[in-house]
Amino acid sequence: MIGRKWWVPWLWLAPTLLLSGVFLLYPVLDTVRRSFIAEGSDGIFSIDILGLGLVIGADLDNYRFIIDNPQPLVADTHSALLNNLMWLTVFTAITVALGLVIAVLAARVRYEAVAKSAIFIPMAISFVAASVIWRFMYEFNPDIGTVNAVLKEIGGEPTRWLQDTGAPQAPFTDLGPDTLPRPIQINNFALVFVGVWMWTGFAMIVLSAGLKGISTEILEAARVDGANEWQIFWRIIIPNLSPTIVVVATTLVIQALKKFDLVWVMTAGKFKTDVVATLFYKEAFLFNNPEIGAALAVVLLLWVVPIMVISIRRFQFQEETR
Amino acid sequence: MAEPNPSATEAAVRARATGLQVGEAVKRFASRMPLHISIIGLAVIWSIPTIALLVSSFRDPGLVVTSGWWNAIKNPFDFTLDNYQTVLDRQGMARSFMNSLIITIPATLLTILVAASAAYAFAWMKFPLRNTLFLIVVALLVVPLQMTLIPVLKLYVQINESFGFLNNEIPLLGGRWFGTNSYPGIWVAHAAYGLPFAVYLLRNFFGGLPRDLFESAYLDGASDFKVFTRIVIPLSMPAIAALAIFQFLWVWNDLLVALIFLGDPDRAPMTLTITNLVSSFGTAYQLLTAAAFISMALPLVVFFALQRYFVEGVLAGSVKG
Repeated sequence: MIGRKWWVPWLWLAPTLLLSGVFLLYPVLDTVRRSFIAEGSDGIFSIDILGLGLVIGADLDNYRFIIDNPQPLVADTHSALLNNLMWLTVFTAITVALGLVIAVLAARVRYEAVAKSAIFIPMAISFVAASVIWRFMYEFNPDIGTVNAVLKEIGGEPTRWLQDTGAPQAPFTDLGPDTLPRPIQINNFALVFVGVWMWTGFAMIVLSAGLKGISTEILEAARVDGANEWQIFWRIIIPNLSPTIVVVATTLVIQALKKFDLVWVMTAGKFKTDVVATLFYKEAFLFNNPEIGAALAVVLLLWVVPIMVISIRRFQFQEETR
Repeated sequence: MAEPNPSATEAAVRARATGLQVGEAVKRFASRMPLHISIIGLAVIWSIPTIALLVSSFRDPGLVVTSGWWNAIKNPFDFTLDNYQTVLDRQGMARSFMNSLIITIPATLLTILVAASAAYAFAWMKFPLRNTLFLIVVALLVVPLQMTLIPVLKLYVQINESFGFLNNEIPLLGGRWFGTNSYPGIWVAHAAYGLPFAVYLLRNFFGGLPRDLFESAYLDGASDFKVFTRIVIPLSMPAIAALAIFQFLWVWNDLLVALIFLGDPDRAPMTLTITNLVSSFGTAYQLLTAAAFISMALPLVVFFALQRYFVEGVLAGSVKG
């Protein structure tokens, strides 16, 4: 290595450190700070540092708002948290599973590239365009809406895919908290499917590359030993791919947690489809409660911390083996 | 299966073998039918929404809202460009298309420039806290974008208030010099939001370049700038191309950042204009589909032209590590 002046690396880093500091790190810290400020603060705890009159006050009212859920009609925090949990699990599981299945199946046909392109194209489409596409697909009128047309053709009832909360009494209003046990919310699944449509290509491409990395000798040896395709899938492909599956799942979980655009452009969080990010946006920009919004954002960040820890561990491991 | 048959002639054996082969092939084909059906089925299901959009955007405006797009296949030559005409003329779509380009191209270049210089430092320079700083920058990847909007907006407003000269109009380009409703303001914001991924991707790629190359260049007395421009950048074109495509798609498809920092309708990109169309025309699908397709056209061209790099980018960002 050459002898550099000590400040040379910092010169190269300066633009990145400045931009990520101002646009990302500072906003995060500021959001955490604001989440502890409440209107008419009665102060859960405050510390007077060294009697100098420097008071650090913290107030948990904004967090209590999330837990108590006092305005279920306009800002249902419980529903948003549950929906995020649903996105996290269902969206991630389906996308990984489908991506894996398509990667494994497509590797066995000659038109692999074409089939994969078809699956991958939605990645290049904006959420705004996707929302136009899927509102059109989910249109209630079975003469126009493709999904309902198919449903009608096979003898089903047309469904209001984006409005149907699945609640037994009031099928498509967002009036009143339903005290009934929450059945499966059809509109949430309709939204999740759009997410799956957009992200399966990503999972497929990455898993497919991982698949090509499994040595053909192992696969051949297993076939010679009389293993059937099913056994090969579960005993060889899955264990060998598991690091790649973890990478894909991590990326998707982060996507699921930050999920905003899709829900916002499709339903704007109506009919109980709010997730934490859309509720945050409403509180901050529409209801003029930036502090409650800040608390919601912090909750979102807390969910992400475990994933960050896993990713950092992975990086450190890779650095050691570099 | 074939039993040894000593009495059979050679020809019979051969005929029987061929028969077996044909039988095998048929059997193989039959056993592979479920495979073909599931792959083609999935590919078709995945394509239908986009095809529906494309077909609808070329149909007669009156028909789109009364009969399904699939009916258009029956008389396939009954297509019109009216919807595109309407959208481009009346809804300011042409201007929005220009705006999208004005926003996207500089924002993409800026991201690459800033990230590449940092990635070079992270990969090939020694300084205190190197890994810690790198981890912090990459960890910012998980920050939800919406979280940053209020603090940054406040900052922009403050800058506009404190430095009045920045509020002047940029000649030719339009918009302010910096702050809200300015192109440079949104370029910088997009560059910052793209940095964690960009730095991560490029540092991994730069770090994988052969060490000997750098050592001999340094021994020959090459400066960092020279090594960066003559060795690192040319050798890393695949990663840079991948990043460029990603960042291009990401900025082109962005709605939220534009919504907050470019409120002025004259500066609005396609995504913002379409969103406004959706809220004012609700179910006028003939217009919405045409508008959406105009916004998709360029990303799709980029995607098909540079698919190989795009795929490499996805992989570099997540697998190679």
